[in-house]
Amino acid sequence: MSPEVKPDYLISPEGLRNDGRRPDEMRPIEMKVGVLKQADGSASIRQGKTYIIAAVYGPRELHPRHLTQNDRAYLRVVYRMATFSVPDRKRPAPSRREKEISMVIANSLRPVIFLEEFPKSVIDVFVTVIQADGGTRCAAINAASLALADAGIPMRSLVPSVAVGKADGHLLVDLGDEEDKYGQGDIPMATIPHSDEIVLLQQDGSFTREEIMEAAQMGITSCKYLHELQKDALKLAYARKEGENGGDDDDDYEDDLEHDLGEAEIPGDD
Amino acid sequence: MALFFTKREIVVPGQLLAEGRYRADVGAYGKDEKVYSAVVGLAELRGNTVKVVPLQGVYIPSEGDLIIGKITIVAGNNWKVDLGSGPYLASLHANNALRRPYDDDISRYMGIGDVIVAEVSAFDRNSGPFLFMKGRGLQKLEGGMLMSINPAKVPRVIGRRGSMISMIKDLLRVQTVVGQNGIIWIRSRDPKIMRLAVKAFEMIEAEAHTSKLTDRVHDMLKEELKNLKGSIDEDDYPSDEDEGPPKDEAFEEAPVETEPEPEVESEPAPEPEPEVVPEDEPTETKEEPSEVEAKPDKAKAKPKKVEEKPEEKEVSEE
Repeated sequence: MSPEVKPDYLISPEGLRNDGRRPDEMRPIEMKVGVLKQADGSASIRQGKTYIIAAVYGPRELHPRHLTQNDRAYLRVVYRMATFSVPDRKRPAPSRREKEISMVIANSLRPVIFLEEFPKSVIDVFVTVIQADGGTRCAAINAASLALADAGIPMRSLVPSVAVGKADGHLLVDLGDEEDKYGQGDIPMATIPHSDEIVLLQQDGSFTREEIMEAAQMGITSCKYLHELQKDALKLAYARKEGENGGDDDDDYEDDLEHDLGEAEIPGDD
Repeated sequence: MALFFTKREIVVPGQLLAEGRYRADVGAYGKDEKVYSAVVGLAELRGNTVKVVPLQGVYIPSEGDLIIGKITIVAGNNWKVDLGSGPYLASLHANNALRRPYDDDISRYMGIGDVIVAEVSAFDRNSGPFLFMKGRGLQKLEGGMLMSINPAKVPRVIGRRGSMISMIKDLLRVQTVVGQNGIIWIRSRDPKIMRLAVKAFEMIEAEAHTSKLTDRVHDMLKEELKNLKGSIDEDDYPSDEDEGPPKDEAFEEAPVETEPEPEVESEPAPEPEPEVVPEDEPTETKEEPSEVEAKPDKAKAKPKKVEEKPEEKEVSEE
């Protein structure tokens, strides 16, 4: 890769960004569910040039034992960047940044997972950045929540996530690498769409009060869009397997469901 | 009061399923008079309860489940049993497995690595499941092989009132036990038949959401049996028939198709010994084909099928 140079401008005179997007336009996004065979659940996301794979294992027995929580499952997120994911080789030792992002991802996923259903166990989420081009923590959250759903882990909602930033005085959605590096700041955020809760909100750089409010609004709108993509990706993965299931033989199916494993644990009343 | 899904629609976590006086059952949760899905699965309405049958996930024990597990620890008067999937190690107390008086050293009866069929007698999420092993069909398993499938697909393997599993047993004449935890034990004298059974279970797992599965598995097995027949007849019935396909071709077919599935951890047990006396077969359903002199003979299987067909139909009309 050629050495990076700061572009002359991030916003062109016509008001477009250096990759031709409008300020509120996201990069092309492609999400896939069930990309790994060995993991209990997995998903990949391609967002512009960013490419991330997330794998979920568990709930399973927790090692080391001393991390056990008696009333809930432990959520362990490991965010890692491949050595080849960035222009200069990334040194393979876990960096401070990776540890922080692992924690940030865990914190934004924890509120949606029903961890209390699996006390003493662990849910492992491994996120690997194959190629980094800005917005990896948000893309990682998108992929991780899909992978959790694919693993059959009960959760309140999928978690869409996006970063809103500022470059040359304009608010921009879904920052690319250059906008991130040479812009004036960014605000990664993640939401629970149906209750409009915000589960992740960070800020880097300086924003005025008005800018933050506007950025949050832009982020929430983009998250709604991302959430639709997530739902489609997830349904697609299962619809494909479902194949030609027609409505003609309902009864064949019906009692298979009736023969359900969970029947005995119906809670008393709620 | 409003419903937001069609019957058996695939729903995703966080999807709004119902509003109003509905109750959330497994796979769903309620909040502010609304019911949302908690997992990827098929939404179902029963009365005013909404539930989502998960398509994915680990085995979570529940009382009364028949399971197959492997003993991993012998601890005093307890056996710890690995259920293969899920975070919890089950325990089986000697009192719940042996008739008294029993020896202090319970590893004389069952040791590490033994595979057992047991029932879950109690489960809470803090202490892990407790098992018991007194009762019909609850025993240590000898011979045969194990395979594991996704526990969420077990209901499909069993079929409505056992239709799928009894079809497979009738057709292949194998002994098999399906644990709710996704572990399946298969034993047959003929390794080829065993592979065929594995293939059938794999097919069910892969196509678990499709309909008419029982029929398709049935057709597949019939087809494969026809191919196998030549070789089996030559092995077991040296003279009887000779219209089967050349032995070698039939030989190749089955293994090639079943083997390369990498996600199934099937453990081929030691060679099935033909002199094992088939004992009482522990089953999901109560009917058990007597194994003693049964051979995978097509001529025998055929009339069986004819009487099975209408039965199946009758059930499905209810």
